[in-house]
Amino acid sequence: MQSQVKMNADGSTGGANLRPQNLEGPPDSRSSGLIRKISRNSETFRELGLLIFIVALAAIFQIRNPKFLSIANIKDLLANTAILSILAVGMMMVIITRGIDLSIGSTMALSGMITSLTVSAHPGISPFLSLAQGMAIGLAAGLVIGVLVAYFKILPIIATLGLMNILRGMTYLISKGKWVSAYQMSAGFKNLSTGTTLGINNLIIFAVVIYILYTYFINQTKTGRYIYAVGSSPETAELIGIKRQRIILLVYALMGLLAGLAGVLWVSKFASAQGDTAVGYEMNVIAATVLGGVSVAGGRGKVSGILLGSILFGILANALPLINISPFWQQFIQGLVILAAIISNVLLQRRNDKLALKKRAI
Amino acid sequence: MEKTAIDINKPRGLHQYQWEIFLVVLFLAVNVVNSFLSPYYLTLDTFVSTPMNFLDKAFLVLPMTMIIILGNIDVSVGSIVALTSVLMAVSYNAGLPMPLAMVLALLVSTTCGFINGFLQIKFKELSATIITLSTMTVFRGIAYVILEDRSAGKFPSWFSFLAWGYLGKIPFILIVFVLAAIVFAVILHTTRFGRMIYAVGSNRTACEYSGIRTDRIILGVSMLAGLMAGFTSLFLTSRMGSTRPNVALNYELDAIAMTVLGGISTNGGKGRITGPLISIFLIGFLNYGLGLRNVSAQVLLIILGFLLVLSVLVQNFTDRPRQKSPQKSSAPTRRSDAGDGSDIHENSAQGG
Repeated sequence: MQSQVKMNADGSTGGANLRPQNLEGPPDSRSSGLIRKISRNSETFRELGLLIFIVALAAIFQIRNPKFLSIANIKDLLANTAILSILAVGMMMVIITRGIDLSIGSTMALSGMITSLTVSAHPGISPFLSLAQGMAIGLAAGLVIGVLVAYFKILPIIATLGLMNILRGMTYLISKGKWVSAYQMSAGFKNLSTGTTLGINNLIIFAVVIYILYTYFINQTKTGRYIYAVGSSPETAELIGIKRQRIILLVYALMGLLAGLAGVLWVSKFASAQGDTAVGYEMNVIAATVLGGVSVAGGRGKVSGILLGSILFGILANALPLINISPFWQQFIQGLVILAAIISNVLLQRRNDKLALKKRAI
Repeated sequence: MEKTAIDINKPRGLHQYQWEIFLVVLFLAVNVVNSFLSPYYLTLDTFVSTPMNFLDKAFLVLPMTMIIILGNIDVSVGSIVALTSVLMAVSYNAGLPMPLAMVLALLVSTTCGFINGFLQIKFKELSATIITLSTMTVFRGIAYVILEDRSAGKFPSWFSFLAWGYLGKIPFILIVFVLAAIVFAVILHTTRFGRMIYAVGSNRTACEYSGIRTDRIILGVSMLAGLMAGFTSLFLTSRMGSTRPNVALNYELDAIAMTVLGGISTNGGKGRITGPLISIFLIGFLNYGLGLRNVSAQVLLIILGFLLVLSVLVQNFTDRPRQKSPQKSSAPTRRSDAGDGSDIHENSAQGG
């Protein structure tokens, strides 16, 4: 009973109409309009806050360094944010189901390493085949994690921590500790990330396509809404007939797929595949995701949120060197940002719940 | 959400110790293999001095056992070690006497643990995982801010005694570790505090309703974890003679892997400290043996990853963890639970 009420109040899942914004209050309550308004306000409040923060940050950086808002730098910034934002898509789904994936940095390294080794052995190979190869590797890794988490009931953090090390070790073993450098990669392969289509960097196009597909998937399809349902209340989700384990498997498989794709793009962008490619990158992705308002308690999160979170994170990474902040501050700032994000999410949620209760009492 | 029964007091005879026996057998097997690899292996000296190579991180396993019994995970311990080590080195180089710098290190690490615990009890909606993930980044970040890419060291010569010294024929670190292990075993298995760790790990909500101050338990365990991370940092820094912000990378993985391999269920509320104590030596001697065969560190990573996942897997099969299912009646439970008949087992056990 309690969990069902919570599920509706979450605005994250429901029966006939599967859009979150229409489901805020219990349908029988007279004050459902008010509740909807408040929780909508709260969501908007968070995103508006994020947007204002981004604008303020951009203004400060612009004053400190006039080059910041130049077209070239903005293009640069978006291209640099693209990989992060692609990964945030997968991480959002994982976190919505109350999970976490620490293995994606290693998955990226493995997929990047194997594809670039293949390219250096067969320079004539099509770049799209490389992409497919990388995605297949990522998908395989994701499926392993998904099976461990969904069917063998291993905690996500344990399973992904284990896989993080296995995949990283495999990357070193396969490369025998060597790097694959720019001259070993074909022009077509490097073009994947550095080339442009219609004047726009390919990376940005990849990200935009993925976001369009993802927005449709998570908001409009049944499976997409099931992801919210499973995260919001696993027991209720099972009671209404959702195959919870399949959804969880799917979520980790998709995360792996995206990490595999991102690995190829990463290696193609930096024109170098190393054993320590993307070490610790999972933390950036988690940070961008929770910053975008995806709740680590599960069941809550919006596409627009993770997009804003990724952009804010991209700005931080891009601008700190521009205004002469030592790169050694980055990890500290990143950690503080995650901490602030998860805490403010909790505080906002508490305020929201309190207001909802108050309205219901009248 | 809550588990239905506490079975930590159920006497099960020798059967109860099967996991420990399994670990001891593994440990013996590792040593037999090692002794074939090196003719000098099977001597008392090797046996007593090998632990010097891995005991520094073993201090993390003791509180990690408590944390996992509580049903939590702490991934920030490696970063606490790094931050503490860096602060100790920097404050010594800035003129603080070494003994004071060591005390400072322990204070700082305990404070880090306190921060972890404080955030956990203030923001109960957040899992310990996500909190320690963010403090992990913050703590290591502070270490980088302080020392950037430099290293610090030049400790007084007596400081190396911590990791390298012997009392008689026994390494100093081994003595300290045995003492610490005894203290932790006594706390966990004989005190009120220890029993409450199991209680909170079994069912936190029920504990709160029955008047146990769960907050204090969580805070206390977190601070113990911080204190032990401080010990690790002292011994690690002493072993290396200098420090950098990237020391103790992945130590949390080692600690979690050793604990889980020791038979502590990640579902919380279960396990004895003897298992992790054996697995510390099992993994330590395994690493040493692989080192004898010149197996690279990357293979060790893979092995550790496999051990972590496999041991949880085996436990999930043998332990048959209770399903987190809200239903009281057995029919929907059976439906909702695909394949793993643990609920049915649980229900019939309660009924009979």
